[in-house]
Amino acid sequence: MPAKLLIVVPCFNEEASLPALLPLLLSLKLPEGYQTEVAVVNDCSKDSTANIAQKHAVTLINLPVNLGIGGAVQSGLIYAQNNGFDLAVQVDGDGQHPPAELVKLLNAYEQTRANLVIGSRFIDKEGFQSSFTRRLGIGYFHWLNKLFTGQNIVDSTSGFRLFDANAIALAAQYYPDEYPEPESLVLFARKGLKIYETPVIMAHRQGGQTSIRNFTSLYYCIKVTLAMVFASIRKNR
Amino acid sequence: MARIQIITILVSFSFLFYIARLIIKGKLREEYSIVWLICTIILIIFSFWREGLDVMSNLFGVFVPANLVFTACIFVVLVYLLHLSVVSSKLQRQNKQLAQELALLKQQMNKADKNIDPKKTE
Repeated sequence: MPAKLLIVVPCFNEEASLPALLPLLLSLKLPEGYQTEVAVVNDCSKDSTANIAQKHAVTLINLPVNLGIGGAVQSGLIYAQNNGFDLAVQVDGDGQHPPAELVKLLNAYEQTRANLVIGSRFIDKEGFQSSFTRRLGIGYFHWLNKLFTGQNIVDSTSGFRLFDANAIALAAQYYPDEYPEPESLVLFARKGLKIYETPVIMAHRQGGQTSIRNFTSLYYCIKVTLAMVFASIRKNR
Repeated sequence: MARIQIITILVSFSFLFYIARLIIKGKLREEYSIVWLICTIILIIFSFWREGLDVMSNLFGVFVPANLVFTACIFVVLVYLLHLSVVSSKLQRQNKQLAQELALLKQQMNKADKNIDPKKTE
């Protein structure tokens, strides 16, 4: 029986990058034994994101209010859980996660059978490396993650992730709304999930705006630090 | 009875009446009205009992009675604000769950529609 893989594409105002991204995802050549479905989660976009998605053979989940990236990804994961998917992968709608790199995540999963496979920008110094301040922040979160999860995860802010059924079930139950990536790692690690990181090459954003802009980066640091501290001491929900 | 006493008693009672009206009309839920009712009742007690403030100040060891009033008020306001933050966090969580459920249901409905009538696109 082929493994069912759901490609979750969270989108907020991504009309610029979606027309290029969706055909790539739909024509993706994956290793034998995978049956894929693409789910576009439209996080209440103000532009024509929903119309563009409708023209392609994808599942469209239209959120009635804007939930933020975490809420959008979680909606896709709940869909995966309800429909019995074995695997789910997050591919951002802005095109910074090249679909071809997905194969690397699947290969890493087949080799390690980890519950969560993270596509990392930093293990190999290749491709888009983002700005200095962003790297500084990522270095800080690397250290924080080591402190709270006991695991050496270099790129804890990467959203390019492959969830297995266990990780899907956990994330469907609780996934942070804003800036979910580092905090969710603490939760996964506490539940004893196996996390594996594999190098991928990421692209520059093809359009839209990043969810982390300069004037909010301090807030980002404080919020994520707090969330990680409390995620690590909170009793399991 | 001093003039200020009459004023505070009148104001307190009209406040109490207004809270009651809000509850009756269903604009204020009972669980959020408790704190308002308690505060108003305390105001009414101290409006009638003039020496009460001095007695309380002596009890707590506060030299200027007005300081006791301000401290108590600010404390109550802070606690109530925290309570409101808790309430809004809960509402946000429930709102998110509802939005997700609704989006997934709509997706299912659209899919069922398409299965019945393949020509329909929406």
